[in-house]
Formats: sequence, C-alpha cells, structure tokens
Amino acid sequence: MAFIELRNLQKSFGQTQVVRDFSLDIAQGEFVSLLGPSGCGKTTVLRMVAGFEPPSGGEIVIDGQDMTGVAANKRRIGMVFQSYALFPNLTVADNVGFGLKVAGVARAEARARIEEMLGLVGLAGFGARYPFQLSGGQQQRVALARAIAPRPRVLLLDEPLSALDAKIRVSLRSEIRAIQRELGITTLFVTHDQEEALSMSDRVVVMSAGRAEQVGPPHEIYNRPATRFVAEFIGSLNILSGKVVDAATGRVDTPAGPVTLGRALTLAAGAPVSLAIRPEALRLDAEGEVAFAVKVADSEFLGSVVRLRAVAPGATPLSVAQFNREGRALPAPGEAATLSVDARDIVVLDG
Amino acid sequence: MPPPPDRPSRRLTVWLGVVPFLLFALLFLILPTLQIVTGAFRTPDGGVTLQNIRGLMTPSILGALTISLRLSLVTAFLGCAIGLILAAAVTRGGLPGWLRATTMTFSGVASNFAGVPLAFAFIATLGRLGLLTVILRDWFGVNLMAVGFNLISFTGLALAYLYFQIPLMVLIITPALDGLRKDWREAAESLGASGAQYWRMVALPVLGPSLIGTFALLFANAFGAVATAMALTGSSLSILPIILFAQIRGDVLQDPYLGYAVAFAMIVVTGVANLIYVTLRARAERWQK
Amino acid sequence: MKAQRLVSWIIFAFGAAYFLLPLIGTVEFSLRARRGVYSLDAYRNVLSDPQFRDTLTYSFVLAILTIVLGVLIVAPTAFWVRLKLPALRPVVEFITLMPLVIPPIVIVFGYIRMYNTSSALPLLGSATGSDILLMCGYATLSLPYMYRAIDTGLRAIDVPTLTEAAQSLGAGWITILARVILPNILTAILSGAFLTFAIVIGEYVLAALLNRPAFGPYMVWMGSNKAYEPAALAVVAFAITWMAMGLIQLVSRFSKQTQARR
Repeated sequence: MAFIELRNLQKSFGQTQVVRDFSLDIAQGEFVSLLGPSGCGKTTVLRMVAGFEPPSGGEIVIDGQDMTGVAANKRRIGMVFQSYALFPNLTVADNVGFGLKVAGVARAEARARIEEMLGLVGLAGFGARYPFQLSGGQQQRVALARAIAPRPRVLLLDEPLSALDAKIRVSLRSEIRAIQRELGITTLFVTHDQEEALSMSDRVVVMSAGRAEQVGPPHEIYNRPATRFVAEFIGSLNILSGKVVDAATGRVDTPAGPVTLGRALTLAAGAPVSLAIRPEALRLDAEGEVAFAVKVADSEFLGSVVRLRAVAPGATPLSVAQFNREGRALPAPGEAATLSVDARDIVVLDG
Repeated sequence: MPPPPDRPSRRLTVWLGVVPFLLFALLFLILPTLQIVTGAFRTPDGGVTLQNIRGLMTPSILGALTISLRLSLVTAFLGCAIGLILAAAVTRGGLPGWLRATTMTFSGVASNFAGVPLAFAFIATLGRLGLLTVILRDWFGVNLMAVGFNLISFTGLALAYLYFQIPLMVLIITPALDGLRKDWREAAESLGASGAQYWRMVALPVLGPSLIGTFALLFANAFGAVATAMALTGSSLSILPIILFAQIRGDVLQDPYLGYAVAFAMIVVTGVANLIYVTLRARAERWQK
Repeated sequence: MKAQRLVSWIIFAFGAAYFLLPLIGTVEFSLRARRGVYSLDAYRNVLSDPQFRDTLTYSFVLAILTIVLGVLIVAPTAFWVRLKLPALRPVVEFITLMPLVIPPIVIVFGYIRMYNTSSALPLLGSATGSDILLMCGYATLSLPYMYRAIDTGLRAIDVPTLTEAAQSLGAGWITILARVILPNILTAILSGAFLTFAIVIGEYVLAALLNRPAFGPYMVWMGSNKAYEPAALAVVAFAITWMAMGLIQLVSRFSKQTQARR
C-alpha cells in the first residue's frame, strides 16, 4: 500500500485553476520529484501536502490517515524551503532543535539528537553559530537537519538547491540523496531543474498546467517520453514530422528520408506523426537501422561532447551529440556525412 | 592633474564639506545642551557646586519626576503593545489591502497631531461638555466624573498621549512586520509549532531590536512633551517639563539655577534611557550582521 | 483563518473608534457655538480674527524658511558623507538623532542662556534675531526627519557612480548637486519638507519661550480664553497636518509613476 496517497487534488486561486485532478501514490522510503516549468502547480501540490494551502478538492492520505483537513503543525512533515527559512535569531543548534523543543523533548535527548543531525549533514561543531555566519550551502544543510530532527514521516523539499551556486548544488544533491537513503524517509522534491530530478529520484512526475503528464523512473521519462510536452521539456530533441505510410511495419515518410521502425503504429496510414530522436542517439556511421544522408552545417566543441548541426535536404536541421575522443576525426562543416540511428531509439509522438 | 588623494590639503578639503553641518549642530544643538549641563553644576558667581542638584530633592520636583517617568513608561509600553497588535492585525490579519494603506496614512497624520490641538480634541470629546461625555450621560446614564474619570488627570493625559504614541509605533513597526518572512512561519508550523509558539520563539525576538528602539523613542517622545499636557491640564498636573517651563518663564522665581538642574535631570533621564536602549539593542541584535 | 480575520476586524474597529471619536467630537464641539443649533460661528470667529491670520502666516513663513534651511544643511552633508566620508556616517547619524533624545524644552532653554542679550551672540536682543533663532531651533527639531528622508533617498540612487558620470562629463560640484543629485532625491526632500511643515506649524514650546507670535502660542491663548473656538482651531490644525501628510503620499506616488514610465 502506498505511504502517501494524493487523490484527485485540485486547487484554484480565484478564477485560476492551478492544480487540476492530480493523483499520485508514493511508496514508503521513495524519493519522488515533481518536475515542471514555473507555474505548473508543482509547488502548490507540495504546499497542499505540507498543509499550507487547503485543497479545493481531493484528498491527502499519509500512512492511512486522512490529512486533508489537518493543520500543518499536526502533520509531522519536515519541510526545506528554497530560501532556507532558518530562524535568524536562533543559533544553528537551536534551529535544529526547534521542532524537538516544541514537541517537548527532554533537553539531554534533544542535545544528542541535534549533535547527531549536525553530524549527519557534515556540520558538527557549527552549533553555536548564527545563520548569518554560514554560507548558503551550509544554511541549507542546517535547514535539512532542522527538518529531519523531529523524525517526520515525510520530507518535503521545495526547490532547496535553486538559490545555491552551481558547484554546491551538485555536491549537495548527492548528499541529500545519501541522507534520504540512510534514513529511508519518504521524500517529495519539487524542482524545475531536470538534471536534479533525473539524478536524485526513484520516480519523476513531469507536470504541466496543473496535471501530471508522465510518472515514471528517470530513465523511462528520458528515453520514453509519453507526451510531446515531456519529450520537449526534458533534454533536447530532434523532431521529424512525417506521414505514416504503413502502420503495420511502422513505415513513415519524413523530409529527411523514409524511416522504418519495425514495429506497429497505432495510427492509420496517411496520418501525421512526429518522430523524436535524442541528439546522442544519432551516430556518425551507417551502422544503425535507419540512416540519413546529411551535410554538416557547423560543429560546436563543448569539452566532453561535440555538438554537430547536420542538414538533410528539406528537413529541419538535426542536432547530433558525440563524445569527444582524442584522435577521432569528425566531419568538418560543409562535408557530407551519414547519420544513423537504431529504430528502438526513435520515439513516436502523436501528431 | 588632480593632486593625489592622500595629500593633507586634499583631505582637509574633504572635511570642509561637513563643516556647515557640524557648525550648525554645534551652535544650535550641542553647545546649548552643554550650557545646561555645565550650568547645573555652577554657582551664580561661576564656581562649581552640587547645590543645584541637591535642590532637586524636594517633594514637588521628585513628585513631578515620578509622574513624568510613570507617564512616559506607561504610554510608551501601551503605545508599543497596542501599536504592535494594531499593526499586526492590519498587515497580517487578512484584512483588505486598502485598510492597510488608510491606516498607514492616518498614522502618519496622527503621529504628528500632537501638542495643543490634540489637547483641544480630547477636551471637546471627553471634557466636561465633550461629545462622548454627553452621550454617555444622556443615552447610557453614565456619568464619567462620578465613575472617577477625569480628563485632567494622569489617566486623561495618558489617553491623549496614546493618540500620537500608538500611530508612531504603527509607522515604525509595520516595515519590521513586513520583514517577517512567511516561510519562517511555515517552517515553524511544519516543525509542529503553534501560532503562539511561533510568535514567542521567532517573531518577537526577530522584532526585538525594533521593539526596543521604538519603546525608547516613545519614552523620550512622552518624556519631553510639554504642549499637550499644558493645554490639557494647565499646570494642575505637574510633570517635569511643565515645571521646567514654569522655571524658564520665571513664573516660579526662587532659584534660577534650579532650572538648569531640572533640565539636567531631564537630559540624564533620556540619556540613561538611551543607554539602556543601546545595551539592550546590542544584545537583541547579536544574531545580526 | 476565519477566526483570525474576525479578531483582526475587532482590533481594527477598536483602533478606529479610539482614533476617530476625538475627531468627531472635535468637529461636533466646534459646531456648537450657537446655542441649540449647529453653526459655523466658531470658524467664522476664528477666521475673522486678525490674530489668527497673523500667527498662522508667521508660522507658515517660518515653516518654509525652516525647510529651506534644513535642506541646505542636510542635503549637501548627507551627499558628502555618502560620497567622501563614509567613516563619519555614524557621527552624523548620532547628531541627527540627538533632537529625538534631548527634549525640545531643554534645547530652547539652552538657547535662552546662550543667546541672551548679554551673550557674545545676542540673537534674542532683537525680533529678527529671535526669529532666526526660532528658525534654527525648528531646523534642529526637524533634523532627524529631514536627514532620514534625504539619506533614504540617497540610498536608493548610486551616488558615487552618478557623481563620477557627471564629473566625466565635465560637471562641477554645484552642477552635480543641483542638476544630478537633487532631481533624483526630490521626492525624499519633499517628504522631509512636509514632515517639517507639520511639526513647525503648530509648535508651541519653542515659540512660546522665545516669545514669538506663532500659531502654537495663539492656540494656547485661545484655549484658555474661548470655549468653542479651540475646537475649530484643532480641526484646522488637523486639516493642515492631514494636508501635509497627504502631499507626502501624493509626491511619492507621483514619483513612482514617473519612474515606472522611464
């Protein structure tokens, strides 16, 4: 049975409907990300789970208990905010101990727990400092320690890394994930950064306009986007618009040339179809099942990756990503080349 | 070629820029105050004495000092408390936005509506023939005088002072209340704190420096006020500034140097109040940059 | 949430009652001059009193002069401290806050001792001298407000960059102050000015002790001699204060609009 059940959640602010019919089950100990562009309702879902916003409709069940109408301070949920939200008047130790003090935990026990938490987030010995004496990354670690100190049932992370520098963001995200695994705490994470969502989560929920577009493990979201929105939102993508020629064998005519998918399409012959190919799925040889004759327009050297722009006559340019290896010859701009891709790496999008 | 910035003549020119201000402050603020301070320890023929200060130890002056202190403390405390509650209700109580704007504008007006006209307004409302007095008497059968209320009293004066003290607090504390971030409250809530616990453990300590500062300001504000008290009570309620006023006017001509001493006492009181304020503030601000 | 709003409304209602009743009372009282009916007699008496006009004009002119003096002293200083002498900031700030701590009556007592007829600078020996002294006193009283307003205005603009930009275009100090800095902090200066106006117009203690024919002493005199006219005066004074504060709002709103249009 799911540990958290969100059933048909809805939320409207005045006339605008921010969340429409959102349902999600989260298993105990799972790390689930809500990913989407700003305004897609992901933060609102999180705030409804936290109890800061009453849903306009639907139910929130945690561990079998209906939490929909329960006040935020009775939900036993830990929350980490984008802006850290540390209490500026309290020391680091007092911040971490806030939830314990409120719960009436005995002083000695609280002190031990505070030490344990600070050790966990790598800030042992920082207890006497005030928040303003810490860097952003350190403050967010304290905020994490504060959120998990009272042993909440659920941990909510609201864009916790967005305010930090790029480098700290990357190191902190693996740390958060490690701590989450160690404690086995069920976690709901909100972000607009796909790299964060893909790298940290057990499952990702891609949201758009108040709805879940696709729910699944990161590799599935990336490799098998269910909708055009998901395909376009996550990673970069080449899209070939074409027409179905033969649905049974998956033959499609595209401006770049004919494509045979070798699998049946649910579309009728003559129907428009979009084929999506990841830049890194395209190969610079003829060994793939589907090949295109192209001319290289330009190439961009990005360090670990070289990005080529290749033009097939009559089609939109294709973006190709190749790992950079010393001694490997890549076609220069202006040269002709053959691109190929395996049929299973081609994603079929409707319309 | 401009001269290098470190040449002494250059540095002197830089200082010249603030000379008019410093001269003005010296002539019309610092020296007049020093005049009073030194005068308090002078004999008429220029010697040094503590006699003037000893002259303060009369029942009438000590009594006036006590009333002044009580009046300032009471109105500063009530002004802070009521002003905070009012500001909190208007800024975060879920009231419509225009109410907040109106309250702020009105506070700007009321905090400056002190002195003589304020006294008139209270006489017209709560005086012997004032509107409220008459209404309470004719409609509700309540005789304010009979139940012990007298406008020309400590209570009456305090009530009038609050008319500028509360708005001043509202004006100063509202920006501070805006500085309380919503996610502090939400963080506290998610950690299990009740509204009261949040206020006690987070909001009030964060507001601490502002609260202490405003209290000190309201205290000094009330302690130095003369006009309201004079227009309201004449000289029947003797507070320290009124005694000083009378001394300066020469209405009570016994010892010209007693005036110095009374003025000096006032400086000492406000000075000590500010010393306490600075100390408390430093403690309340230790978590700030 | 609903209960909280209800409590807020109740608190607000109590506040409104406390603050509005004296105003209503004053207006009502000021209309009672004629027995049995409401009339504007009290206002008529006040307005036709030459003393009213003389004292109000005196205070009005003095307020304007005080504002000019205050701006001339504070604006260049605040600008200079921000630009060249940031180390002096705490000192200047401390001085400008002193008038909030030292009671006005003590300051004016100092004036009387320092500038009396037998002193080195006998300002009190003549009427003009006394007027000047009173003006300086008012400028001192308004120092905290004026400085804060102007300093806040300066904080909003990047003084060093603006100054350097003007200098690189060949502007001298006067030009920089008058054409570059001043227009940018005009709103702030006007806020300080109207606040000063509100303080000066009904001030009593300084005017009374320096024996100047200002509006404040006139009101006190009326208070001890008339019954209904003081209420009318209070209404007038309140209207003037309201006007000054309203102008501050208006000016800042207007400047926000022009800034938004830029």
